[in-house]
Amino acid sequence: MIHTIVEMLSYPFMVRAFTVGILVSLCSALLGVSLVLKRYSMIGDGLSHVGFGALAVAAALNAAPLAVAIPVVVVAAVLLLRVSDSSKMKGDAAIALISTSALAVGVMVISMTTGMNTDVYNYMFGSILAMSSEDVEMSVMLSVIVLALYIFFYNKIFAITFDETFAQATGVRANLYNTLIAVLTAVTIVLGMRMMGTLLISSLIIFPALTSMRICKTFRSVILNSAILSVVCFCIGISVSYFFATPAGASVVVVNLAMLAVYTIIGLIKEKRKICR
Amino acid sequence: MALVQCDNISIAYEGQTVVYDLSFEIHQGDYLCIVGENGSGKSTLVKSLIGLKSPSKGKIILNDGLRQNEIGYLPQQNDVQKDFPASVYEVVLSGRLNSRGFRPFYTAGDKKAAKENMQLLGIERLGKNCFRDLSGGQKQRVLLARALCATKKLLLLDEPVTGLDPIVTAEFYQLIKEVNEKSKIAVVMVSHDIESAVRDASHILHLQETALFFGTTEDYRKSPVGRQFIKSGQIQPEAEKTAGGERS
Ligand SMILES: Nc1ncnc2c1ncn2[C@@H]1O[C@H](COP(=O)(O)OP(=O)(O)OP(=O)(O)O)[C@@H](O)[C@H]1O
Ligand SMILES: [Mg+2]
Repeated sequence: MIHTIVEMLSYPFMVRAFTVGILVSLCSALLGVSLVLKRYSMIGDGLSHVGFGALAVAAALNAAPLAVAIPVVVVAAVLLLRVSDSSKMKGDAAIALISTSALAVGVMVISMTTGMNTDVYNYMFGSILAMSSEDVEMSVMLSVIVLALYIFFYNKIFAITFDETFAQATGVRANLYNTLIAVLTAVTIVLGMRMMGTLLISSLIIFPALTSMRICKTFRSVILNSAILSVVCFCIGISVSYFFATPAGASVVVVNLAMLAVYTIIGLIKEKRKICR
Repeated sequence: MALVQCDNISIAYEGQTVVYDLSFEIHQGDYLCIVGENGSGKSTLVKSLIGLKSPSKGKIILNDGLRQNEIGYLPQQNDVQKDFPASVYEVVLSGRLNSRGFRPFYTAGDKKAAKENMQLLGIERLGKNCFRDLSGGQKQRVLLARALCATKKLLLLDEPVTGLDPIVTAEFYQLIKEVNEKSKIAVVMVSHDIESAVRDASHILHLQETALFFGTTEDYRKSPVGRQFIKSGQIQPEAEKTAGGERS
């Protein structure tokens, strides 16, 4: 057992995958709690599609993928937030509109340049080989910034997630922090996108939060539990991907799904006990 | 000097004026009840007082060193979601946030203030409970404790007793009166319960898009508007009493 783990970690690409993956899992779990509670989970999904379009364009231009994708997705995040808050258009419809458009643009660009090849397949479903060593540096730096900002603004994020009106009434600039959450989410999604796959990255945001909420009763415990759960699921998933040569993203999602099932059952048992007492 | 001073303000939603030519003052230690029919602009006025909506005309002036972020507020219906995982203590403590400014973490003083307010409202033993599992009355107490954490000077309550049974309602009014008297916090409460309004409040603002009456409760009882409104409001409490009798 230990031997196989040591062997797995002797490959530089696996070390890279673990480093970036663990950091991204942490970020997405923390942000996910707010997104799920604020009914913004669809934004995560929308952003990943925009990310796909950006990656495709970056590949066509021969530009560095992160350098193109991060600004594009950040702008899209701010835009999506504005749209879903304004009452003119229904939020979910607007998100679907933007995300499918971005996907379509991406597919058009790809088919006119490189054509559908394994790269595209990897964009969609993720690959543990995705991270180059320059990417790792940038990813580590950015995810540490995301984590630091989250911890720094934790109390304010709690307040606007719980009751935006009250927070605003008492002088918290809710719009500012909503935008902050959206921007941090955008960065996190771009960082995790190529490893997890654009179709699956949003699960990293939604699953840990939903799973933790089956059992945990306080915001803090939900946050901590999500963070730990997310990292554990990622590590198991990526190992599965390594041993069985399955796509990284799909493996991680399946592990998350199993965890959700376990937590749901535990939650139900707890409820039952309470009723019996 | 007045804590809050409204000089001839008008408030509008997308060009449609819902409150106009309104002037009144709130002094330290006042207990002001805002009464009026549904849709008369009470909640709108409260939103302006807390700075969520700026008046289309006129100005709301805060004096006596009262700053916008020093006002405690209990919303009409809280849009807090049903399944939100948060402990009572976390919710109450979040009321201290406005005094934090850009400093990120709560101090021991903040935590002490939160505990004291929970004690004041008799919810200190619920601290670790999950907010979503509380009863309606307990939730209102928690939100009142949070509002108290946010202020030392002015508390705004928008129909705080909606959905509470008569016994809990009476307790709640008592609590608010105590807070007002003991801590000298000015209270502004929107209420449909005219009987308790004229019993507890020191001042009444009768709103019908503009002020039909503003002054002390004494004068309100004598005024024609007041007498008529109090009379028409007395049918309702009778019905509530029967409901309360069945319950206990
Ligand atoms: N967000 C809004 N946009 C447009 N008009 C609004 C909005 N909120 C309230 N109004 C209008 O403003 C008027 C006053 O509403 P307000 O909520 O202040 O009444 P209220 O006195 O609090 O009533 P209630 O006793 O039912 O709570 C109403 O005619 C309402 O239709
Ligand atoms: Mg109202």
